[in-house]
Amino acid sequence: MQRCAERVWGGLLIGLMTIFIINISLMVMAVATNSFARRWLGTWLPDGTTSAWYVAAWKEFQLDAVLWVTVEVVLAVVVLSILIGVPAAYALARRNFRGKQLVLLLFLLPLIIPPITYGIPFATVMYRINLAGTLSGVILANLVPALPFVILVMTPFIEQIDPNLESAARVFGAGTVKIFWHVLAPLLMPGILAASLLVMVRTIALFELTFLTAGPDSQTLVVALYYAVFAAGVRAPQSVDAMAIIYMVVTLVWLLLALRFVNPTQLVSRVREQPQPAG
Amino acid sequence: MSSAAEGVTRRAFFDSAWLLVSPAVLFLLLLFVYPFLYGFVLSFQPNEGGWPANYQKFFGDSRQLRSVYVTFELALPVTIINVGLALPIAFRLRQRTAYQRWVTTILVVPITLGTVLIAEGMLTYFGPRGWLAQTLQLLHLYDGPIRLTHNYWGVLISLVISGFPFAFLLLLSYITGIDPVLARAAATLGANRWSQFRHVYLPLLAPGLAITFCLAFVQAFSVFPSAVLVGAPSGSTRVISIAAYEAAFEDYDYAMASTIAMIMGFGQLAVVAAVLGLRRGFYRGPVAGGKG
Repeated sequence: MQRCAERVWGGLLIGLMTIFIINISLMVMAVATNSFARRWLGTWLPDGTTSAWYVAAWKEFQLDAVLWVTVEVVLAVVVLSILIGVPAAYALARRNFRGKQLVLLLFLLPLIIPPITYGIPFATVMYRINLAGTLSGVILANLVPALPFVILVMTPFIEQIDPNLESAARVFGAGTVKIFWHVLAPLLMPGILAASLLVMVRTIALFELTFLTAGPDSQTLVVALYYAVFAAGVRAPQSVDAMAIIYMVVTLVWLLLALRFVNPTQLVSRVREQPQPAG
Repeated sequence: MSSAAEGVTRRAFFDSAWLLVSPAVLFLLLLFVYPFLYGFVLSFQPNEGGWPANYQKFFGDSRQLRSVYVTFELALPVTIINVGLALPIAFRLRQRTAYQRWVTTILVVPITLGTVLIAEGMLTYFGPRGWLAQTLQLLHLYDGPIRLTHNYWGVLISLVISGFPFAFLLLLSYITGIDPVLARAAATLGANRWSQFRHVYLPLLAPGLAITFCLAFVQAFSVFPSAVLVGAPSGSTRVISIAAYEAAFEDYDYAMASTIAMIMGFGQLAVVAAVLGLRRGFYRGPVAGGKG
């Protein structure tokens, strides 16, 4: 009896998951089909296929400019968040210092508080100091969640590197700079690579902060897509879908690359409590 | 964590640790804490009236007040659905297998697609003439008009699509952190799967579950793009973030916008505090099985 109930329950869970995954795949497929459709009105499949919508979307939404802005923003965010974040993660992983708990809290808050909540006061400040609507404003906005994310991904990574390696190098007379370049940097590289890819994927997809701070010349791809969907009545739905597919391909390429190096659970904010000491 | 002995020798280098952290700390103080405080102060400096005028105006206006209600009405069911579905599924997939890796990889995709793309996909797929409606009508499962977009249900579905994978991955990382030795010990003592879950996993999972619930709730509570794109942004899904956005970018009343953002923040805080308070009643302790 109990075995039977367990089997039904297991089947139910698998069924639910299958429904979820199938519907999402169909959703993506529907967008893809529409982007290639010549005309598609209430039938199973469109009348004919064409790639004209991609050309149209590219021109209508000035995608070359948008993509260039996206690349600039993402690169700047990745480089800056790594440069500022990795030293902080190192200090958190290796040192005990006064105020550490407070610093940890400061790094956790931007990941817990959703962007739209602090985005509005943030955008207000940006407007006051005339940074809103500029590329630098968008980069700064995207750094706010990216920097703590890098720190929280890198801290456990650095913790697992054996501190004896650094001590050994120091015993043999290596200076701090030498230790950094010859011992730490090579060991940190995989972690930095993983963190960069994750930040990249998250920055491409981060909507709210960019939306609140961007001007017409500093829109990233996801904001441009929002405006395209928002004004859907004006544009042909196919060209909006073509743009959605371009956005999705850009994200997916980096995501798949990232998944080669990292565990998927790292993509959600890692807001764990302090690691429990092993028994 | 460095050992205690190391801590003693490191004390001399107290400053150098701060040297490493300070750029990040300064950055966040300047771009996260300062704007927040600025918004807080600004919310008490209304364009007209005394210092609490903005709050009085918000709570006195039934349209604005309704947005708080609408947000709770969306965020609570969504959080319960997401966490309620994610918990049994994550529990089922707690063993590291190729199957688990595949499922988690597939579930990551909706997170990174982002709400905007999900909204566009929903308009095409869940729309009145989309594949879903056509299938349901073909199978005669439901013959009436199917309206799953531009209303409450559209936003609910889009929040489940973007929120469920998030809750699932977070819970999965908590569950896989629990030593399976504990459950095996319970099984040796005759506990079936349900009692293993109920008496071993669930108490150990309580902190993770509380945090997942809080994060899932906060995320759903701050819904913005999907409430505009697949909801009815001037009617049944005029959530509080839309109210804040309208105040800032349609009325250009930044003080009022900051007020609404602060109210939004306090709403989230209230629920988070309630959940974490509730969790206090549960077990606290190590999740690793020791050998003594």
